[in-house]
Amino acid sequence: MTTFRLVLKELRERKSQLVTSFVAITLGITVIVAVRTMSHFSEKAVARELDNLGANVLILPKGATVTNYYTADFGEYVMPESYIDDITTSQLQGVDNLSPKLTESISLRGQQVYLTGILPKNEFKSKPAWQTADGIFARPEGCGTVVPGAVAKALGGSAQGGPSETPTRQAVIAELGGAEVLVGSDVASRFGLKVGSTLPIKGESFTVKSVLPSTGTVDDTRVFAHLHTVQRLFGRGHVVNAIEMIGCCKEISRGLIDGLNRLLPEAKVVTIKQIAQTQLSTNTMMERFSLIFLVIILLVGAVSIANYMLANVYERRKEIGTLLALGATRGRISRVFFLKSALLGVAGGLAGYGVGTVLAVGLGPRLAGVPVLPLPSLAGWAVLLALAVSVVASALPVAKAARLDPAEILREG
Amino acid sequence: MIRAEKITKRYQRREGPVLALADVSLEVAEGEFISIVGPSGCGKSTLLMTLGCLIRPTEGKVWLDGRSVYDLSHDEAAALRLKTIGFVFQTFNLVPYLTALENVQIPLYLSGVSPTQQQERAEHLLDKVGLGDRLSHKPSELSVGQQQRVALARTLANRPRLILADEPTGNLDPALAEEMLDHLEELHQEGVTVVMVTHDPRMAARAQRQLRLVEGRVSATEAVNTR
Repeated sequence: MTTFRLVLKELRERKSQLVTSFVAITLGITVIVAVRTMSHFSEKAVARELDNLGANVLILPKGATVTNYYTADFGEYVMPESYIDDITTSQLQGVDNLSPKLTESISLRGQQVYLTGILPKNEFKSKPAWQTADGIFARPEGCGTVVPGAVAKALGGSAQGGPSETPTRQAVIAELGGAEVLVGSDVASRFGLKVGSTLPIKGESFTVKSVLPSTGTVDDTRVFAHLHTVQRLFGRGHVVNAIEMIGCCKEISRGLIDGLNRLLPEAKVVTIKQIAQTQLSTNTMMERFSLIFLVIILLVGAVSIANYMLANVYERRKEIGTLLALGATRGRISRVFFLKSALLGVAGGLAGYGVGTVLAVGLGPRLAGVPVLPLPSLAGWAVLLALAVSVVASALPVAKAARLDPAEILREG
Repeated sequence: MIRAEKITKRYQRREGPVLALADVSLEVAEGEFISIVGPSGCGKSTLLMTLGCLIRPTEGKVWLDGRSVYDLSHDEAAALRLKTIGFVFQTFNLVPYLTALENVQIPLYLSGVSPTQQQERAEHLLDKVGLGDRLSHKPSELSVGQQQRVALARTLANRPRLILADEPTGNLDPALAEEMLDHLEELHQEGVTVVMVTHDPRMAARAQRQLRLVEGRVSATEAVNTR
């Protein structure tokens, strides 16, 4: 005889009573696993959609406004390009992509268009809609800390160049030639431009590297050249007049903006509220919903287990009294009952994970509209959660069992 | 072996305090066989459980092998019951979902004996009480007499030096009651101390000494058997 064997024999003997609480904890874990699995893939899909909305943080020169940004008319408002390096070398969390711009108005065959200097890799990353152009840039993957050199490495930049060259700059120069331009769809159709066409700007000749797909924004009326080319053409020095940024939603609410303000006191940091807010509220709502759901489900499971264990303790009063009279310690009685609740929790957790995963994979595509795959990492959590709920819910009944008075029970006969 | 000194036990009931034992003093020598008799509700079982470290007296002290048992911690008292005392219950109190073998293994399991040794000892004991062929039967599959013998085998599992029997023949027909008493006498002859509560004068007469309780007080102590 061992404690484990004693518990197993008792469990087998009273299967019917066990079924209710086993079903309760299994159902609880099933719902949690199913919701969590579906919401994991649904959140990923939402995040992908939201990424398509583009940058959600703008860094502008101190006096500039968002109107300047949307009209692409910055006048004399500029700020140092070195802000990019300040941000990439800082320890700020949640900076996912940076896209500096310098916009100037030029006259092309007598018509006004905007010439925007970009560091092209970043520009493309912040506008997934443009990815078809040349197909050289990948969609940004998730969020993370931007560390020194990380951008350059991510972009495949080499370590060439002198020590004064920043990683960011090396990477960009490697990607877009100084005599190349990308043209917005409006500009292309207005001037009959296509890949390979030549475009004269300020007395220099540029080759059209790509025609960008229509976005329905002011970008369609822009010509994009390398940032450093634009700076040179207009004699601006190393300045930009906007830095677009994709900030991770949670980090925006956790002080990314304050961090940027502290880092760049001479600049103005603006969140594009609608986008940031949509991202934030979508994720927060899902998290809150899941949390409330989880708490309710777990409470129901816990109450069911507590109720079952209390009934079990009452039913086994005579057995407990006999064991205590024979010399069992209170600790031994507690171990017997805790082991039972632990087994119940582990079994419920495993069963709940299995059923929940099957449900999520089966129903996910219909309910959430996204393909859903099993999340093996949830198995451990499911078992731990069920185990914790079961053991905590059993604490009171176990304490009751251990404190039973054997003399009183034996007198009952 | 046992010394109880002026033990009083009062229970608090809704209708007021109830005096179960009043100023009871008692000594039981090692190897003695005594019976406690008296009418129903006179405090016999309370006295037995007080001697068995199960009911703390309101006043007075109980010593077992020179140790004041109610000054021990819960775990120490449990260990004392496990190693020294064997209880015989009127209703046998077998665990219903365990087999005869497993029921006898319980005290050994509580003592930390290995499962193999538990099994060997339990088989030996059940064989000794004539149930060698009923090892894997559950209590519900055994007759009353067989259940009684399983309970006795369980009592003896840890080789107790003191047996406290509460109405051990109360649920048995005369033949089985005789058999039970034979077992207790046999144990007594092997040197085990036996304290038996009974309301049956015929059974009580089998002990060396009788202690009569009336309304929680010792009314008489008489030597009835000098064997």
